[in-house]
Amino acid sequence: MSEILLEVADLRVTYPGEGGDFAALRGIGFALGRERLGIVGESGSGKSTAGRAIMGLLPPSARVGAEVLRLGETDLRGLDEAGFRRLRGRRIGMVLQDPKYALNPLLRVGEQIAETHRTHLRQGRRAARQAALAMLESVHIRDPARVYRAFPHELSGGMGQRVMIAMMLIAGPEVLIADEPTSALDASVQRQVLAILDEQVRARGMGLLLISHNLHLVRAFCDRVLVMYAGRVVESCRASELAAARHPYTRGLLAALPDLAHRRARLPVLARDPDWLEPVR
Amino acid sequence: MIELHDVSIAYGGRDVVRGVSLSVAAGEAFGLVGESGSGKSTILRAIAGLAPPRAGHIRLAGQEMPRRRTRAQRMLAQMVFQDPYGSLHPAQLVDQSLQDPVAIQRLDDGEGRIARALAEVGLGPAQRFRFPHQLSGGQRQRVAIARALILAPPVLLLDEPTSALDVSVQAAILNLLDRLRRERGLTLLLVSHDLAVVAHLCARIAVMTEGEIVETTTAAHLAAGEVTHPYTRALLEANRF
Ligand SMILES: Nc1ncnc2c1ncn2[C@@H]1O[C@H](COP(=O)(O)OP(=O)(O)OP(=O)(O)O)[C@@H](O)[C@H]1O
Ligand SMILES: Nc1ncnc2c1ncn2[C@@H]1O[C@H](COP(=O)(O)OP(=O)(O)OP(=O)(O)O)[C@@H](O)[C@H]1O
Ligand SMILES: [Mg+2]
Ligand SMILES: [Mg+2]
Repeated sequence: MSEILLEVADLRVTYPGEGGDFAALRGIGFALGRERLGIVGESGSGKSTAGRAIMGLLPPSARVGAEVLRLGETDLRGLDEAGFRRLRGRRIGMVLQDPKYALNPLLRVGEQIAETHRTHLRQGRRAARQAALAMLESVHIRDPARVYRAFPHELSGGMGQRVMIAMMLIAGPEVLIADEPTSALDASVQRQVLAILDEQVRARGMGLLLISHNLHLVRAFCDRVLVMYAGRVVESCRASELAAARHPYTRGLLAALPDLAHRRARLPVLARDPDWLEPVR
Repeated sequence: MIELHDVSIAYGGRDVVRGVSLSVAAGEAFGLVGESGSGKSTILRAIAGLAPPRAGHIRLAGQEMPRRRTRAQRMLAQMVFQDPYGSLHPAQLVDQSLQDPVAIQRLDDGEGRIARALAEVGLGPAQRFRFPHQLSGGQRQRVAIARALILAPPVLLLDEPTSALDVSVQAAILNLLDRLRRERGLTLLLVSHDLAVVAHLCARIAVMTEGEIVETTTAAHLAAGEVTHPYTRALLEANRF
């Protein structure tokens, strides 16, 4: 792996609650270079929490601690909101898991994309509008001019995801965290969108952290994969070797995949083992 | 159980669904796949009474659905939305979202039903007294499914119901839906981009692009690659990694 763009060590996040605190991340670590790093894992295991912690987007009540949390030379620990705002968009972006709800409901989506361009690149309105339209076209939106003028609630699920991707890529960030960015896209469009992300990694050297439940996608598209379970990374391997993963949680996931070519009456479901909650060595 | 005859739906003068016909028998699971933006969610919303068609007819349980549905007609079909936030009130605790259907339908043993529905989707008491934004994406999606299960409608409209779930939880939910269909004769209309998921649950599958159904096929034909329309072929090809 090349130069490290994003480094995380022993990241912990706790959400306070009336029924007691909840430790959503219990010490995760990884280093991201100019590569495609996948994160898969249980629903509720802390994947989105990790992304939001890096972006400074957790609710104020959440308690965050880390040994290392570094974007290039910038220490993200203790950075205030103004500091994060300077980084977001330009240096690091995140495609949020429910994009239509992350967009401003009162603004036309094209204007939101153009706004990001204007804030960070300062090339004026016309240039921002042109760039936003070009970006919508490059994420394979069929009618960019119409979608530019649409409000978030007028988009289909997959159009919302592509709008958010366009908005995050327009300022050319060093690192992109993409949380289930293609889960609402049909396989053809999904491939085209992945190709755009791939180009950003290859041509510009962007670092991509791709959170996904789609094991086929992660295996085919990423360089490396982290597998998360209950707030920890339980396994990490080369994506091409995911099929040979060793942790019983990962093996269980692979077994639960439905397969078009081999249909079964019932799908096997994981039997969770309390041992998986312990730190892996 | 579900019949669509030549249904067209327009937004702002533009037809986004054009002349769609389909029919799903009681106790059948029918799949809808296709291009992003092709009108799948819009069709589900129309069946649920949330997007009135510009032209055509929608029948549920043999009755023509009027523009304004009666209470009994609204009870025929429940929808699990593609965006789980769409199914849940943002300022309402999960518990409240699950209590409402019990109250609306004046069901007995509300407590037992809620606890069972949560357990069936792999959630527990820890998630029950949170707000939707305090849950993970997949947990929100499961609350929306649990809510639909408590309502126990004859027709369930599922829009990408497992897209935010890890594959083990997905497997549990697919098994559950299949069991309910077999045991209670639940009728399912499932939208998903994952052909393996659709083919697992549904015997018949319609393929959409640009507002139209271009091919209706079976899971067996899809699995064997015996499809006729070029779009279906392209979709099948892109699904292979
Ligand atoms: N604001 C909050 N308050 C309390 N608990 C929270 C809050 N946000 C998230 N959680 C909990 O933290 C855990 C991790 O959530 P997170 O969203 O990071 O999961 P995830 O791995 O992204 O899951 P999914 O795959 O379902 O999206 C979950 O159990 C969730 O219920
Ligand atoms: N409220 C609305 N106002 C205007 N246009 C809308 C509205 N809702 C949907 N549309 C448009 O209708 C078309 C079909 O949208 P729909 O959500 O049905 O697509 P879909 O097949 O579900 O796509 P996806 O797989 O991406 O979710 C899209 O072009 C969308 O922009
Ligand atoms: Mg998440
Ligand atoms: Mg949709």
